[in-house]
Formats: sequence, structure tokens, C-alpha cells
Amino acid sequence: MRDITRADICIAAAAEAWRGAGEIMASPFGTVPMVASRLAKRTFSPDLVLTDGEAAIIVGAPPITTRPSDLVREAAVPYKTIFSVVWSGRRHIMMQASQIDRFGNQNLSAIGPANQPKVQLIGVRGAPGNSVNHKTSYWVPDHSTKTFVAAVDTVCGVGYDRAEAAGPGATRFHDLPLVVSNLGVFDFSGPGHTMALRSMHPGVTVDEVIAATGFDLHIGDVVETPLPTDEQLAIIDELDPKGARDREVKA
Amino acid sequence: MADKRTTLAEAVSRLESGMTIGIGGWGSRRKPMAIVRAILNSDLTDLTIVSYGGPDVGLLANSGKVRKVIAGFVTLDSIALEPLWRQVRQRGAIELQEVDEGLFYLGLQAAAWRVPFLPARAGLGSDVLARYPEMKTVASPYVDGPFADPADAGATFLAMPALRLDAAIVHANAADTAGNATFTGPDPYFDELFLGAADLRIVTAERVVENGTLDTVGPLAKATIHRLLTDLVVETPNGAHFTSCAPDYDRDEAFQKAYVAAASDPEAWAAFAARYLAVDEATYQAAVLEDLENRA
Repeated sequence: MRDITRADICIAAAAEAWRGAGEIMASPFGTVPMVASRLAKRTFSPDLVLTDGEAAIIVGAPPITTRPSDLVREAAVPYKTIFSVVWSGRRHIMMQASQIDRFGNQNLSAIGPANQPKVQLIGVRGAPGNSVNHKTSYWVPDHSTKTFVAAVDTVCGVGYDRAEAAGPGATRFHDLPLVVSNLGVFDFSGPGHTMALRSMHPGVTVDEVIAATGFDLHIGDVVETPLPTDEQLAIIDELDPKGARDREVKA
Repeated sequence: MADKRTTLAEAVSRLESGMTIGIGGWGSRRKPMAIVRAILNSDLTDLTIVSYGGPDVGLLANSGKVRKVIAGFVTLDSIALEPLWRQVRQRGAIELQEVDEGLFYLGLQAAAWRVPFLPARAGLGSDVLARYPEMKTVASPYVDGPFADPADAGATFLAMPALRLDAAIVHANAADTAGNATFTGPDPYFDELFLGAADLRIVTAERVVENGTLDTVGPLAKATIHRLLTDLVVETPNGAHFTSCAPDYDRDEAFQKAYVAAASDPEAWAAFAARYLAVDEATYQAAVLEDLENRA
């Protein structure tokens, strides 16, 4: 079997977000989440609903290089209907975070002050609504003290502390199951729903993770992230034949 | 029956400085770019732009004609970040109200239905609410009785205000002379709601056909813009360029790349603006055609 890259490990770890998900929409942002959602559908979550990223649900879990004209579509989901899916809760998104804090508040809008940001990013997008309506996980390909921060500059996706403060309207369907980075896997099982290190990827030490994190990370029983199985690796190769995943993930 | 056809110049002359203008489409998809370009060459100023933002927002914000933008994002799709928008924001030169994409939909819907707000969970706990004191929450009035949901006892919701528009501009694949229009591509986006939320409703279209013949362009079920939603119709062939207008044409990725490259350098931008922006629509389209021939 071939060498296993960090990206392969991240994909297998991210796919776990959708284990047992049943018939819900998986919305992946980034190469690793996209391959991961398709891996999940090919293996343990065959009923997942995937879209073409535009306005249709696609059949199967084809390679990410598939041309739009070669996709088989089963139903139309123009944007207006997507919000009905979002607000129904039948969705688990994996968004990226330019910044994320220990309670899971996420920023993809702008770095720096609101009136004159240092770096203008894409905007809040659907993050506020996603995070209080259905499962929301995060993928951070560049784990550092710049991305795992004490406080995010704009709260787009809502973390546990802010949801709590907003009351039951926000907490009822709020659920942040997983954060996957290029260094490890995290959840919010720490005291008061704070971020905890669940596993680190093979080759990464706890000290490295701590040094790359700008807040106190809860460290409980830490294990090593499992390697993908041979079956999973074969599927990953088929889903991402050009190795786009290895360009997204620094080791 | 009224013939709603008019020219780009006449449509733009109906807009006024200080207006709140909604622009249809999504990101770099089916944007009414011909009229955006015409606005760039107008005397209009102090505008508020409401948009699922793409190059429309970047170009207008960069022109200095815009005081405020209401948006959930500004993107070029295949290129994630809009370069002109970034520059304007990073200069601190524009006011922005950020709205969750779904809340944005509710705001247009509320305006179209003439109610002051619609409730949602979206926005609770986020800076979309916390950052703007004008945004309010509302408690459910159904605390008991047959419609009460115990799981939401004591809950408040975000009251998304109606996004009322002075004018809305959308681009269709085809319109008819009476002001009906069809989106034959994969997604009508929220264009119907932009029109419903606005006082002055402008539809630009790839082509304008006789009343009663939109079903020859595509299935009638796609002709969801009826004439109760429109005031003016302007034929603007290739009018969404360089954004996509499926199935008529895809995004002009080469042009979009050139736009982004030019935006990074003042000298290159001056040349780009002289060739593509400081010109009328016919000259713009001739330049685009020339580019196509040079690339072939």
C-alpha cells in the first residue's frame, strides 16, 4: 500500500462527523471535508444527501474532479429551498474557520476591526443560521495561534458561550460535534463546553498542539487519530485522483 | 396592454441618489452587470446596495457612489474574495451591515409581504445581532394554548426587519414586452423577492420576446416573474457578463481573472477601467467580443 499522508488522516477523521447521520444533507467546505463527506457516503453513511455545490442533489459520491456535465442529479435544490433544509435541521455542515475560539465561535468575515478590517474575508455567509439550526463542524487546515484564538474578531458561527447567553432560541438546536485540523481532532467536551483535544494525528505531539493553540485547550485522555484503512485509502484515491487534498494540508 | 420596454439610459435615469437599491443574482452569477456598468457612469451617489454580493458590489463600492452595503458575503465564486470590495473595506471607506444569508432572504420576504419583520433563530448569539443595535429580538407570543411549543418556552427569536428597497434590478434569461420574465438556469435565486420588496422594479434580460411566448424560451414553470412584479424591461444581450447566465453562457473566467489581476495594481486598473468601465454598453460588448477573438 502507498504512503499515508496527513491529508488522508484528516479525511478519515472528518468523515467520522457524518457517521450515523442517516438521511441528512452533508455540506462540506474545502477539499478535505468534500472528500470526507463522499467517503462517508461510500462507506458507513450511504443515505447522505450531497449537492453539486450549485442547485441540485447528486446521485452517488463521484470523484471530486467529476465535470458538472457528468454529474447525475436527483432533485433540484435552489438556494431558497436550502434554507428550508437549514432551518429544518436536516443538515450537518463542515465549514472552515479563519478564526475559532475555545467555545467554538467562528469567524470567516474579517480579521480586525469591523469598520476597517485588516483583512476582509468573504463575510458571515450562512454561519449564524447554520450554527443554531443544525450540526456544525469545522475544518481548519492551518492550525496555529492565528486560527485557534482567544477571541474571534467577528462571531459568525455561534459558540457554546454565545448560544447560552442568547437563550433557548439559540441553544435548542445548537450542536458543534467536531473540529478537525491538520494537527488533530477536537470536540467541546471540556469544562463548560470548551474545546478538548480528542486525538492528535500520528507524528504530532500534545506539546505541538498546545503551542499552536491560542487558548487553554482541555487535555483529557488523548489518543492518536486512527490511520485510514486500506479500503478507505483506495476510496480516497478514487475520489481525489489528482491529490488536491495534499495541497490543502500542510503536514 | 402596456409595453414596459425601455433603454438602459432611461432605466438608470429613474434611479435617484440616496436610494436603497437591491441587486439580484448571487455572487458572480446572473448579475445585471449592464445596468451596474451604466450606474458607474451616472451621477448617482450616496446609494445603499442590498445584494448577495458579487462584482456588482465590488465595482459599485469602489466607485465611491455607495454609502452603505447590506450583504452576507461578497464573492466571485471561482475566486473566493472580491478584490475591489476588500480594498474598499480595508480602507474603512464604506459602511457594512452583515446579514446571515437566510436572514437576508427573510428580510426581502418581509418587505414583499408588507410585514415589519419575520422571526428566525438565525443570527441569535452572533455579531449579525450583537454588532447592530438596530437589530431586535422578539419573544414568541405562543406561551400557552394549542400553538405553544414547550421546548421553546421563554425563547426569543431574531426579528429580521423588512429590507424595503427603493429600486430592484434583476437579470433574466428572457422577458416579454409586458414585463413577465423567465430564469431558465438552475436557480432563480431570490430575484422574485427583490422585485417584491421594491418600489421601482427593473428587469434586464438577454432577450425580450412577444407577450405570451415565454414558454417558447423554456418551460412556463420557470417564468416565475410575472408582470405584477415589474415596471421596466430592458434588453441587454450578454448583459450579465462577466458573471454567469446559465444556460445562455457561463462565467467568463478569463475576464474575471483579468479583472482580479487589474484590481491589484493602480496602473493596470486605470487601463482596465478605461477599456471596460468608462465606456457605454455597446463599446464594452465590442471590447469583450474582441477579447474573445484574440483568445481564440
